[in-house]
Amino acid sequence: MLFEDMVLGRSFEDMCAQMYYRGKMFGFVHLYNGQEAVSTGFIKYLKEGDYVCSTYRDHVHALSKGVSARAVMSELFGKATGVCRGQGGSMHMFSKEHGLLGGFAFIGEGIPVALGAAFKTKYEKEVLKNDKADAVTVAFFGDGTCNNGQFFECLNMAALWKLPIIFVVENNLWAIGMSHYRSTSDPEIWKKGPAFGMPGVHVDGMDVLKVREVALESIARARRGEGPTLVECETYRFRGHSLADPDELRKPAEKAHYAARDPIVALKNYLLEHKLADEAELKSIQKKIDDLVEDAVDFADASPLPPRSQLLENVFADPKGFGIGPDGKYRCEDPSFTAGTAQV
Amino acid sequence: MRAPPSTVRASKLVTNAVAVKSETASIAATKSGHELLLFEALREGLEEEMERDPRVCVLGEDVGHYGGSYKVTKGLAEKFGDLRVLDTPIAENSFTGMAVGAAMTGLRPIVEGMNMGFLLLAYNQISNNCGMLHYTSGGQFTIPVVIRGPGGVGRQLGAEHSQRLESYFQSVPGLQMVACSTPYNAKGLMKAAIRSENPVILCEHVLLYNLKERIPDEEYVCCLERAELVRPGKDVTILTYSRMRHHVLQAAKSLINKGYDPEIIDIISLKPFDLHTIGNSIKKTHKVLIVEECMRTGGIGASLRASIMDNFWDYLDAPIMCLSSQDVPTPYAGTLEEATVVQPPQIVKAIKQLCG
Repeated sequence: MLFEDMVLGRSFEDMCAQMYYRGKMFGFVHLYNGQEAVSTGFIKYLKEGDYVCSTYRDHVHALSKGVSARAVMSELFGKATGVCRGQGGSMHMFSKEHGLLGGFAFIGEGIPVALGAAFKTKYEKEVLKNDKADAVTVAFFGDGTCNNGQFFECLNMAALWKLPIIFVVENNLWAIGMSHYRSTSDPEIWKKGPAFGMPGVHVDGMDVLKVREVALESIARARRGEGPTLVECETYRFRGHSLADPDELRKPAEKAHYAARDPIVALKNYLLEHKLADEAELKSIQKKIDDLVEDAVDFADASPLPPRSQLLENVFADPKGFGIGPDGKYRCEDPSFTAGTAQV
Repeated sequence: MRAPPSTVRASKLVTNAVAVKSETASIAATKSGHELLLFEALREGLEEEMERDPRVCVLGEDVGHYGGSYKVTKGLAEKFGDLRVLDTPIAENSFTGMAVGAAMTGLRPIVEGMNMGFLLLAYNQISNNCGMLHYTSGGQFTIPVVIRGPGGVGRQLGAEHSQRLESYFQSVPGLQMVACSTPYNAKGLMKAAIRSENPVILCEHVLLYNLKERIPDEEYVCCLERAELVRPGKDVTILTYSRMRHHVLQAAKSLINKGYDPEIIDIISLKPFDLHTIGNSIKKTHKVLIVEECMRTGGIGASLRASIMDNFWDYLDAPIMCLSSQDVPTPYAGTLEEATVVQPPQIVKAIKQLCG
């Protein structure tokens, strides 16, 4: 299962790169190659009803959480069948069904949203008296975010109210071209957890089994109501920050060092060594995934572009009219309400 | 609804110069009802909604044990518990984002900015997340938050506590915005905002919290997008909101004594504008004066003027006049502060200019 998920992530991202250069995908696309162990290691051990909140590097988080490859690929192509009807794009993947709370372009912006989902769990348990409420939220973000105010504000609030949230730092050492060591006074991010009153853990993010160990423990901790955990995963992105990044600042030696620790290769070797799977099985998984990704591309290609009429839908959530009248009913059953004041 | 005393355009002095109460209120029918101050009306609305729906919660600085710095949430923490009336640390951006996340996953939070100005720190979350997520997620998530707080120019509170931020939030797509001005509409709008599925910004005013009025005992909900007809008339349409409504009413006393018959509309809904009510008025009077507390540059008045011109150009007999506050950070000195916002004599002068 872990292998399959990581291979899905890698193959999907490779396909994204291809599609981008062929002109099927546009804008800013941030690929996750190399970091698969973190996504798989955490998300695969969540249960249904748990929440994940991500950043702009969210394709693989979406896939791990269960969003279909077809929906993600369509979204990237900007088609109406995308998971956000084509309105979100690469950086804004949302799925209510799978508990994926986004997809945010500004760094640090998603952490408070994740905190809100965790707050809701606590609220459900304590105010609405639902004993079964134990949804855990996992917030993913990078090393650059750890210097941002929202990160610290949320660490404080999470520890203060003992919210069921796990802060997962995907420390890939680079924030576009800014090295983590050049921007951070104390580069050991896990240390910032205890400063706020929560455990801080550092784990090798290139090894999915080690990530899994930490994930299981922190998820269980949160579910028991013991509060948040800060997990720093040392990982690396094999490609540039985005498909527009020439990636000239990173030294080849560093890249080679991490390429040798490719999480998929590592897991493959482990499985073969411990005779948990054989070559044929792994090859068939790879083939299955390749077919899945091809199918996703075909589906996305065949899907329709959003019609112009979709532009003004979903701006406002109250679909029938503005506000409620004195009798408690919607005052104005205006079908063009969602058009707001725009003219198209 | 009581008809206002008719005025003749010459000399007759009218004692009951300002007819009050809009048609939305069944106030005239309510002999009973109870008197309270505006902040108490807000609290009543909030309390009723919290009783009605257990998912409604409040969060903000000092809302819980302190009871709110303007006492809007006084007593609520004792009644509903510390989690439903959450005292947050001073982290506007993060707790507003937290409200967004909670709203996305099923709660109905109300965020109190201790002063509207503090919500500037939450602008990232308000603009990017509150406003956008419903659209960007393709309609999957709704964000039923209410963001409220006192704004406007107070009594020598200094520049940063006297900000008029309605226009800052106005452009954000996906946000709905209303401004309350009386205890009646404060309670009604609070309830409507909480029940709405849209993210709503409820603009209150620091100086209006102690306004007293008699409101009905029965439950009522105001309409978020409906303007309030404060005084029907036929000479000129005066569009205003929040504290300026009261300055307009004050100016109206002397205007009516001089024989003018202004139609005064409190627009209530700052986004979207209630062009239905406003348009009907313009078709009747053909002249418009907008009186607002927002800055002149890019203010609500500027937007409203554009909307009116787009839609009702043919009905206008004169250019739309707009009185806004000055484009200055509110000074501390009393005389300067007074000159920053629109005062009743200026309104009288403007009407004379407009109507002749």
